[in-house]
Amino acid sequence: MNFLSHVVAFFTTGSNWTGSSGIVALSLEQVKLSVVAVLAAVIAGVGAGSLLGHSGRGSFAVVNAANAARAVPSFALLTLIAIQPAIVRLQEGGFLTAVITMFALAVPPILTNAYVGVRDIDPAVRSAALAMGMTPGQLLRQVELPLALPLVMAGIRTAAVEVVATATLAAYVGVSDLGTYIFTGLATRNNVETFSGALVVAVLALAVDLVLAAAARGLTPVGLRSPSRSWRRATVSLATMQPRRTT
Amino acid sequence: MSLVASAGPLLQWSWVSSQSGTILSLLVQHIELTAIAVSIGLAISLPLGVAAWRLPALRTPLVGFTGLLYVIPSVALMALLAPLTGFFSVTTAEVALVSYTLLILLRNTVAGLSSVPADAHEAARGMGYTELEELFKVQLPLALPSVLAGLRVATVTTIGLVNVTAFIGQGGLGQLIIQGFGEDFNTPIVVGLVLSVLLAGVADAALVGVEHLVLPWRRAGVGPPR
Repeated sequence: MNFLSHVVAFFTTGSNWTGSSGIVALSLEQVKLSVVAVLAAVIAGVGAGSLLGHSGRGSFAVVNAANAARAVPSFALLTLIAIQPAIVRLQEGGFLTAVITMFALAVPPILTNAYVGVRDIDPAVRSAALAMGMTPGQLLRQVELPLALPLVMAGIRTAAVEVVATATLAAYVGVSDLGTYIFTGLATRNNVETFSGALVVAVLALAVDLVLAAAARGLTPVGLRSPSRSWRRATVSLATMQPRRTT
Repeated sequence: MSLVASAGPLLQWSWVSSQSGTILSLLVQHIELTAIAVSIGLAISLPLGVAAWRLPALRTPLVGFTGLLYVIPSVALMALLAPLTGFFSVTTAEVALVSYTLLILLRNTVAGLSSVPADAHEAARGMGYTELEELFKVQLPLALPSVLAGLRVATVTTIGLVNVTAFIGQGGLGQLIIQGFGEDFNTPIVVGLVLSVLLAGVADAALVGVEHLVLPWRRAGVGPPR
């Protein structure tokens, strides 16, 4: 087929891979953007979520706010931030805009999962830890967070996949990442470029999902890892707060 | 330093009232795109869900495939579909939107059917129901809470995603977002954002109402057989 042979030609042309607008450079930019946003969201989301789950105070409001925030289309948020004069003055190329948008996108699933993960820990485990003389800080760090880890990692995985997807949109506000291929391709009706860019994005998103799934398995405490049961348990409790794509 | 610079105030009411006709028709288009996608998604997922539930051999490939579709970013998915279904076509937008509803609806259908208590199955057998009667009169009704929960998530998700289809000439309210960005003008983006969130809220509340209507035992507070 003619179209597919053009796509193959796109990927086999060496100059499409190298240089500042090559596949490698644009992929790295997309990864960099996503890593910055997700790391910031992990610090904020796990911190706030586990403290809420630990104390149980104010959690209703925060978790509901987090759920409501998930209904905000990130495409609208992205463009709205991008045209604010204060932001325009601060940056060139949309990096800051994209990071803020993706941070807002990533915090809710991470926070909700960290909260539920810490909240749902067996009270007997908590009592045992306290009876052994643990301070509340030790309880949180050494008992609650490790036990909540499967859910926390599931939240991070959901967030990361959404963020990598949204990073594609960042090209619309001036970031040079893989979305650039898609948007220039659509604008110039260069279907081969659009399709090829989309292919790289899809592969990248799948890779992120697989890497984080593996990381989740590796980081789960050995005691919780026992043959696929714990995984199933995590999936069951996740059924109440399913993934939600916005981009 | 004021916010009112080149992008204008966050909401300029005079623009909203002068454009109310356009805004309304975009809102209607947004609802149409969502309704079509969710209906087709449900029509595909229900039979597939029943099949995946009855034949465990099908479950892993089906859930795996729909999960794969779910991971692909929407702009990329539309670009991948475009050579087949046309660049800038409604079909491309709808295929992408439907494919995102599949994972949620399929998984919830399977989960709902799997949670039907064995007692209900035994009772249906004992009453002489055929397999098909049992499916439609016992198992599917008992799976309904889970299916409806999936429908709520799928609908709210689709309402957000419709905005992105503006890149291929569809998009309903997403058109306002593109317009606002192009003109460096806050109001259309804010209108698109707010209406999109409101629409999601209203649709979710409406589906809660449907849950109430079709699951009368929940209203009575007696609960289904466990």
